[in-house]
Amino acid sequence: MNSRIRHYIDLITILTQKEMKVRYKSTFFGYVWSIAHPLAFALVFFMAFKVVMRIKMEGYAVFLIAGLFPWQWLSNSVNAAPMAFLLNASLIKKVSLPRNILPLATVLQDMIHFLLSIPVIVFFLFIFHKSPTLSWLYGIPLLLIIQLLMTYGLSLTIASINLFVRDLERLTGIFMTLLFYFTPIIYPETMIPEKYKSLVLFLNPLSSLMVSWRNLFLIGTLEFSLVAASFAYSLFALMLGYAVYTRLSWRFAEVL
Amino acid sequence: MRVPIIVFDHVRKSYPLYHHITGGTKNLLIHLPKALSAIRNSRYEALRDVSFEIKKGEVFGIIGKNGAGKSTILGLIAGVLKPTEGRVIVKGKVVALLELGAGFHPELTGKENIMLNGIILGLTKAEVLRKLDEIIEFSGLEEFIDQPIRVYSTGMLARLGFSVVAHLDPAILLIDEILAVGDLEFQKKCIEKMTSFKKKGVTIIFVSHSMPDVKRICDRVAWIDNHTIKMIGSTGAVVFKYTQK
Repeated sequence: MNSRIRHYIDLITILTQKEMKVRYKSTFFGYVWSIAHPLAFALVFFMAFKVVMRIKMEGYAVFLIAGLFPWQWLSNSVNAAPMAFLLNASLIKKVSLPRNILPLATVLQDMIHFLLSIPVIVFFLFIFHKSPTLSWLYGIPLLLIIQLLMTYGLSLTIASINLFVRDLERLTGIFMTLLFYFTPIIYPETMIPEKYKSLVLFLNPLSSLMVSWRNLFLIGTLEFSLVAASFAYSLFALMLGYAVYTRLSWRFAEVL
Repeated sequence: MRVPIIVFDHVRKSYPLYHHITGGTKNLLIHLPKALSAIRNSRYEALRDVSFEIKKGEVFGIIGKNGAGKSTILGLIAGVLKPTEGRVIVKGKVVALLELGAGFHPELTGKENIMLNGIILGLTKAEVLRKLDEIIEFSGLEEFIDQPIRVYSTGMLARLGFSVVAHLDPAILLIDEILAVGDLEFQKKCIEKMTSFKKKGVTIIFVSHSMPDVKRICDRVAWIDNHTIKMIGSTGAVVFKYTQK
């Protein structure tokens, strides 16, 4: 194999490994923490919408979990993105390495955590007398790739621009919270008023992907139009990220 | 006649002053016209009209006051900065000795950090694994190598960093003020390693404020003052002039 590609792969692997190791070093419960966060969220929304507001829906708990876990991956990565280059200032200023792998390592690390949390989803499916289906075999890899491209594209864009306009790190937090409520995660897309339905489903770049994940987990189906829309958005995010990165990266060492 | 491995040809490097942007939206909006023209016009000149050549196998020292432009030169050689005008030609793999702890993570062990740092600096995993024992032995940190490096002292960190770089087989090695930390024994080891690098034909760029160190290892020295070359020539002559002023 070409030694440059070999090195590139080793670099991604070691940086991802580093993030994995560092994340839970010196903590007692380790892995538990990565699922505790989305589970706590699920509990909060369950209390608010099922217990208090009494949403009319069977299996709301597993419904929440199937949507919150993939969202957690995206939101963790994107919220960490503003710091991806800033935290590595000394490397960027001295070593000419492909810097675009720095945010990639974060995204991959969160992806691995998401994969590790799938058994928890399965556990909840069993509680609600459902089970995994064969369609997971192609559905999970497919959506995984779409979300990887999407998350990496967004992260690369935010990480690059944030070096020049530091306001972006505040904006990212606010924007992700807004986007969360405009994405059918804590409510099914069927409950959206007809007027806004296509708006929320197709104008929000994350809706189609999140709804696809949930349908796959809960009923084992993928809807073509949603998968196609999410794929188109993920390609767009990746191209945007790449374009911004190539335009700005040669000035990274100047601003840090 | 040895071939030049690094050529600076009338290099100018200036930065836009980014603090006009990073100063925040409020500032930007209040002083919009002023700020816009400031962004366009205010540039910080880090280097101007710098020309020199460094030959293969040379140990080249760069001295000068803080902020004179020494690190900018290193950045240009490492390829992380682009010249605003002129040309920078560098032939061969450049490895920079990073400042203390850069490219390391405090929570990882010494061994894990060697892997991380080695790969960041350009080796493949297989290459680092092959050299791992040698690196650990050179560092003299066998006892601590499985401990997280947050328990290391400053000197021990410097040892670890230099040990990785010493085993990278670079064509060009950039050293930015590093030998000051670490005990005498290790400093001696570093100087020996640099001498052996020199024998192997590695080109070394050495930035330092320690004139004894510069005199001990450099063949030629450039004195950077006020963003340009004030003097360039044999180590003895330049250091003499520099310490006299």
